[in-house]
Amino acid sequence: MADEYVDQLSIFLENKEGRLFNTLDVIEELNINIRALSIADTSEFGILRLIVTDPLRVKEKLEEKNFIVKITKVLAVAINDEPGGLNKVLKVLDDNNINLEYLYAFVEQKTYNAIVILRLENMEEGLKILKEGNSNIISSEEIYSM
Amino acid sequence: MIWDEEIECMSKEDMEELQLKRLQDVVTTAFNKVPYYHKRYSEAEVYPEDIETLADIEKLPFTTKTDLRASYPFGLFAVPQKDIIEIHTSSGTTGKPTVSGYTEEDIDIWGEVMARGLTMMGVDENDIIQNTHGYGLFTGGFGVHYGGQKIGATVVPISTGQTLRQIELMRDFQTSMLIFTPSYGLHIAEEIKSMGIEPEDLNLKVIGFGSESWTDEMRKQIEEKFQTPAYNIYGLTEIMGPGVAMECEDQNGLHLYEDHFYPEIIDPNTMKQLPENSQGELVLTTLTRVGMPLIRFRTRDVTKIHHEKCSCGRTLVKMDKISGRTDDMLKIKGVSVFPSQIEKALLSIKGVEPHYQIILTRPDVLDQIEVKVEASPDIFFDNVKELVGIRDKLAQAIHDEIGLRVNVTLVEPKTIDRVESGKAVRVIDKRNE
Repeated sequence: MADEYVDQLSIFLENKEGRLFNTLDVIEELNINIRALSIADTSEFGILRLIVTDPLRVKEKLEEKNFIVKITKVLAVAINDEPGGLNKVLKVLDDNNINLEYLYAFVEQKTYNAIVILRLENMEEGLKILKEGNSNIISSEEIYSM
Repeated sequence: MIWDEEIECMSKEDMEELQLKRLQDVVTTAFNKVPYYHKRYSEAEVYPEDIETLADIEKLPFTTKTDLRASYPFGLFAVPQKDIIEIHTSSGTTGKPTVSGYTEEDIDIWGEVMARGLTMMGVDENDIIQNTHGYGLFTGGFGVHYGGQKIGATVVPISTGQTLRQIELMRDFQTSMLIFTPSYGLHIAEEIKSMGIEPEDLNLKVIGFGSESWTDEMRKQIEEKFQTPAYNIYGLTEIMGPGVAMECEDQNGLHLYEDHFYPEIIDPNTMKQLPENSQGELVLTTLTRVGMPLIRFRTRDVTKIHHEKCSCGRTLVKMDKISGRTDDMLKIKGVSVFPSQIEKALLSIKGVEPHYQIILTRPDVLDQIEVKVEASPDIFFDNVKELVGIRDKLAQAIHDEIGLRVNVTLVEPKTIDRVESGKAVRVIDKRNE
């Protein structure tokens, strides 16, 4: 069965010149594609969030280089690239009192569908609600093979 | 087992009698043989015959590191240089090094006190001691070496550094005792972990650590990482080296070898002796040292001493772990702060590694304290709120400990300098730049 959760890499970064470059450099060396990327930061430090095609290999390599890396389960939902597409998904969550921790989005090249990465306070419940609302959940296999 | 039961379990009365006799002897020798003491005592109009009780020691002037430097190199020797068989020096980072000279008898006593301590930690002739203390002018390496040989153990004199080789030998030799400075020990632990070696693959049964400040939390980490008890060794080059005082299984204070080193605690401001159990500066007098007697040497180490019968059976006076140094003491916004307090606060939070640096600045007129702490997987969350929460929690813990606001910065792992040799730089004071 396809895994409905997607493994996201969360990486601790100091808010310092060159840190993002150094991180991405490690991934480039592995010849692994980055599907999506987002940064949450404060003035001193940030969290780099990545969806890559081979999270375990990237994690291992980054840890070798002394990065702190955690794997976080997230959901990927495809939405129609049209006004109000994202809102529909958020409304379902809101109606069911599922809190959103963060989200970021990217556009899938083949279909031009927007794909939203969601991290919810209650992932299990959120997944159930989204499925009931007929959201288009993208499995990890699909994401990695895009 | 107790190495020298007669001395280590002696009654207080007998010990005081022995100490008084030795004190009278050493003061007489110093006065007669060392021009420095002759001059100082004559100026203070105090003479060997004025020492009638142990309390009379207070009549004698103190000896400081500055006095030692002024007598550089051999001015404090009480014997001709031909009778000195070994010399060590302090690191000399803050000026001329201080020299310590040993006669054959002194070296024997050094081995003897270290032998007592190693025995106290449960080490005997069956053990293999891997000694990562540096061999050289630093006293750490040789002190452990002499003690280890005295009890008939097998000593591996590897010195500091070459960490991978250290680990290889630990495994191949099945080293049972490891000696290190706490910061180097934690470095070894990191390497062991990154090599994928488990504590069970090694044969360690005990660790002796010293010559650097440490906290209980740091000890706990060392014990967890190596899965073995770790005991503190105290000493200083001027007095002898490691082996002045050592911890027993009780891990509740160090037994000070008071038959050789007479301890006093003084208030560093009034210079008066403080009663038992009061915190102050440790002052030591060598009671048996032949080559270079030191009388009322101000160690700058802050601790307390107390007499009690220990659960290990020894009656030797106990001193608490060193809580700071009178010269490490930072004056920040007029408040006295010891780096060890900040370390204690940091390590009170689970998952925090003892890799930190204190940076003092004075952007305008007010002192600012920044504490850089390495993040670790245990305190990293995929959530900015939680990360900021950890940072604030660290700042709060430090505030609770020292009463001052600090800025805590989380930095990436292994970005704060490690020590392959020597001591970690914990404080960077840029206030006068």
